[in-house]
Amino acid sequence: MRLVVVGNGMAGSRLVSEVRARDPRIDVTVLGAETCPPYNRVLLSNVLAGNTRPEQVRLLDPSWYGTHRVRAVFGSPVELIDRDTRTVLTADGRREPYDVLVLATGSEAVVPPIPGVERAIPFRTLGDCRRILAAAERSRRAVVIGGGLLGVEAARGLAGRGLPVTLLHLAGHLMERQLDVEAGEVLGETLAGLGVETRTGVAAEAVLEEGVRLAGGELVEGDLVVLACGVRPVTGLAADAGLEVRRGVVVDDELRTDDPAIFAIGECAEHDGTVYGLVAPAWEQAAVAAAVITGGKLLYRGSRLVTRLKATSVELAAMGETQLTEEHAEVVRFSHRARGTYRKLVIRDGRLVGAILLGESDAVGTLTQLFDRGGPVPGDRAGLLFPGLSAAPVADSPTLMPDAAKVCQCNNVTKGEIRACWEAGARDVPGIAAGTRATTGCGSCRDAVAGLVGWLCEQEGVPA
Amino acid sequence: MRGVTPPVKPPVTAPSTSPAISLGIGLATGLAVGPATGPVATHCPYCALQCGMTIGADLSIAPRTDIPANAAGALCQKGWTAAELLTNGERLTTPLLYGRPASWERALDHVAARLSAIRAEHGPDAVAVFGGGGLTNEKAYQLGKLARVVLGTSQIDYNGRFCMSSAAAASIRAFGMDRGLPFPITDLAEADVVLLAGANVAETMPPFVRHLPAERLIVVDPRRTPTARPAWLHLQPAPGTDLALALGLLHLAVAEGLVDEPYVAERTAGFDEVRTSLASWWPERIERITGVPVPRMRQAVRALAAARRAVVLTGRGAEQHAKGTDTVTAYINLALALGLPGRHGSGYGCLTGQGNGQGGREHGQKADQLPGYRSIDDPAAREHVAAVWGVDPGDLPGAGRSAYELLDALGTPAGPRALLVFGSNPVVSAPRSAHVTGRLGALDLLVVADVVLSETAALAEVVFPVTQWAEETGTMTNLEGRVLLRRRAVAPPPDVRTDLEVVQGLAARFGHRFAADPREVFDELRRAGAGGPADYSGITYERIEEEKGVFWPCPAPGHPGTPRPFLDGFATPDGRARFVPVEHRPPAEETDDDYPVHLTTGRVLAHYQSGAQTRRIGPLAEAVPEPYVELHPDLAEQLGIVAGDLVRVRGRRGEEQVVARISDAIRRDTVFMPFHWEGANRLTNPALDPTSRMPEFKVCAVRVERVT
Repeated sequence: MRLVVVGNGMAGSRLVSEVRARDPRIDVTVLGAETCPPYNRVLLSNVLAGNTRPEQVRLLDPSWYGTHRVRAVFGSPVELIDRDTRTVLTADGRREPYDVLVLATGSEAVVPPIPGVERAIPFRTLGDCRRILAAAERSRRAVVIGGGLLGVEAARGLAGRGLPVTLLHLAGHLMERQLDVEAGEVLGETLAGLGVETRTGVAAEAVLEEGVRLAGGELVEGDLVVLACGVRPVTGLAADAGLEVRRGVVVDDELRTDDPAIFAIGECAEHDGTVYGLVAPAWEQAAVAAAVITGGKLLYRGSRLVTRLKATSVELAAMGETQLTEEHAEVVRFSHRARGTYRKLVIRDGRLVGAILLGESDAVGTLTQLFDRGGPVPGDRAGLLFPGLSAAPVADSPTLMPDAAKVCQCNNVTKGEIRACWEAGARDVPGIAAGTRATTGCGSCRDAVAGLVGWLCEQEGVPA
Repeated sequence: MRGVTPPVKPPVTAPSTSPAISLGIGLATGLAVGPATGPVATHCPYCALQCGMTIGADLSIAPRTDIPANAAGALCQKGWTAAELLTNGERLTTPLLYGRPASWERALDHVAARLSAIRAEHGPDAVAVFGGGGLTNEKAYQLGKLARVVLGTSQIDYNGRFCMSSAAAASIRAFGMDRGLPFPITDLAEADVVLLAGANVAETMPPFVRHLPAERLIVVDPRRTPTARPAWLHLQPAPGTDLALALGLLHLAVAEGLVDEPYVAERTAGFDEVRTSLASWWPERIERITGVPVPRMRQAVRALAAARRAVVLTGRGAEQHAKGTDTVTAYINLALALGLPGRHGSGYGCLTGQGNGQGGREHGQKADQLPGYRSIDDPAAREHVAAVWGVDPGDLPGAGRSAYELLDALGTPAGPRALLVFGSNPVVSAPRSAHVTGRLGALDLLVVADVVLSETAALAEVVFPVTQWAEETGTMTNLEGRVLLRRRAVAPPPDVRTDLEVVQGLAARFGHRFAADPREVFDELRRAGAGGPADYSGITYERIEEEKGVFWPCPAPGHPGTPRPFLDGFATPDGRARFVPVEHRPPAEETDDDYPVHLTTGRVLAHYQSGAQTRRIGPLAEAVPEPYVELHPDLAEQLGIVAGDLVRVRGRRGEEQVVARISDAIRRDTVFMPFHWEGANRLTNPALDPTSRMPEFKVCAVRVERVT
């Protein structure tokens, strides 16, 4: 079987490695538009912030292709799919026949049609990232247009490099697709403390030498302008080939398009009316498509979306339907804006259907997994939002401890037994150890035993 | 030889150190003092810490202070009460044939005749041997020789496959050698930070806790165990996700520039491939898989990197998985990236579990191995060992089935029809144990040598009553790789023989002369293992006594032993440690609507392994009298369960009814059962690690419901 994969980004490269892991024989060719080996786009924000080095984002070494017998062509965008002859044509004139074709063409950055926009740098690829970093070196002030996930990460990253940043956002609050109004506001306040000034409800009208002009005429100063205005699926190839395309290339539960020989995965695909823009769904789709292509039986049933901001000193996780109100769901909310903390649970039919966690919290792991698995939400909602809240307090004061309380775990010695040993004449820790074996295991109860002895002596007026 | 019990050596000299003076415990427990009845210096019968202890003539026990493992005079409750093993009334004192007392001669003759017939009809591989990690080095060695020389079978493995095989495989892959701790235990106190992945030492080996740094202890465990509770940092991943967590930690180490680049360049190979593989394992993805918050991961890796000295340790929690070898590899990769192994006061180590879990994996009772920790596939190794045994190398069988595969094959057309079990209780300890019990029942012949009538012995056609711990002398290699002498302190009951004598008796019936004197066997073991990775050639009983233990490798009489084998280089051909790229994958059995919670298993302080010993000791049985399932209060509330309720834990392989304990120390999505009773392992998953053949004891999917 000849498998051709168009696109060598997150989805395409994942599919290729999954297929190879499942079947060592299939003839695999991958055609990538970018000139470099595949890299992890998720980590670009970290690169921008200086938390990850550019070489650390590479997903596969060039040598991988040789050792796994996969033909890879970098920098070779596909121009045409000829479904009649089952062949793809590349811009550089290559013809690749296929038995199975996978489209993983991803999406491209939206560039708003405003004057001077060519002065701005979109934030989408590793190349973009390098250009932004080079420009940041000689810039004094940055403007980021777009306050979605990527824009917030870019703004925070640039601010972390010491550049004052203004973040412009058209909607009324930041990350409005993931956050409710208050969370968006708290996020803005947190960013303000880190050197990012947020302006919401503003439209950029033009990019000038000295900054961005807003509708209304105000100039927001900045000599580096970054665009994070969202992405749109790359579907032209599929549409030209006559495949069904709505917002994305329409696929079924096997990730097949309406041509059974052609699959589509990742950000270019539309499954059940949804086009996903995150990596987790793309990789889930890659796993299913790889299984189907290699003769397995797996179905894709959609993904649960968890958004986790990657920005130093801004802990934010948002998942599911965060905007539901009390009319439609049970909502548990805690807000402490002075500390940058906002937590919200949205529960419906006893299941967690949405959550926002802003500000560091150990609840993030538990909540994410509860959301992912769709398990029942425990009755103790507060305990979910505040791990450790419901844990029983430890009675470590010897006076408060009941006689049956175990003091030495290793030797199973209770307070009562220690008291009895004291009453029999032991007046110090070695004495208690000799009589009861308390403290002779791991030794960590030594202080507790010493405290007990001291207390008993005090009670009786005996010098310890 | 027949009909004559071999002469019993008198107990060796009086203890070299008086016991526990500092605590005055000897007096408190009524230790008789006096040269004639002086207490004997020996070691505890249980875990791999092998605490030093003395046993008085009146069977009083006191800790020794000359053995580093418990030099502070420490013992746990199991150690203190160990003498009850010697006196409790459930002791086997006569061979049993079809459940009825029989003479030794009759029992041995019977076994020999049955084995001969089975071998004649079905070939040598129809006879199998199953050993244990609690057996002395001498016994482990002799069982391997019995299988390969006398019985001519490739079918030998042991319960250590269920303990140490993943850590062993990963260590060999990375360092070229597997010595649990490649440094003395006392080095741990010098570390600023210790990361303990999947080990609950406060319960499984309490005196070990004294060696850990009080300040920066990081514990990775799905439960907030007594070890995790006082730790500086507790990471609580979902069961079966330890590998992902280790990858996340390593990703952060690389991202934050914490890699010790000069060390990686000088002392390791293969880092580039690992570095690339990490791009797929960014922290936020790991958080979603493990449930461990990214800031906690960051805190852990920064502490490890900032430490002047740091140690990464793994235990069964990380290892007993169908991906256990890769999980350990991921932790070794982390340790290597931070430049820890082979540096004084730093390093990677695994915490061996069973009393002789280290020595037990070195001397040839493992399916793929010859004495000296040699590979049975290595022609040079075969030649060397065959020469010591006086046989043709070509006559030595090759590698046999691993423990679970062996048990699973019993009584099947292609599998063994007879099984000899020494020092093991697979009815309780094997995964999917009801199935294993069925396989044992399908055998033509089951022979068990044990101290008490264990659940496995109860199924046997022939049971040999054997001596235990303080009734016999032998060497044990503790978790540090320190070879210790566990000396005989008391006379065994009459008509009870040592395992070595049982093996000798069987070998004699096939025309082979085997030594039964432990010292003689040890000397042969030294010759057979000479030149191998675990080289004991320079170690003698006298040296062990004088030096309070000798570290292997010790290749010559004048050699001082090797406390820290990796300081100058690793045991690989080029001396460099190997990075190996590994990928996380989900547990072999994931939760679903039918079986919505994870089950994980482990130990409690009062009991040891299959409980055959500790369940028969009054204070221990009293401390934890029965099996139970531990669940989170929120889960209990959802299921309508309160503490003390009888609940049914149901899985794909069986179900168990046990009492519920409620504790918020466990994750909401997980329940815990101790495995010291028949039951927990009826539920566990025998999915095997592709490299180590370790079963997935630590995670499977179950449903919990109240019994109405």
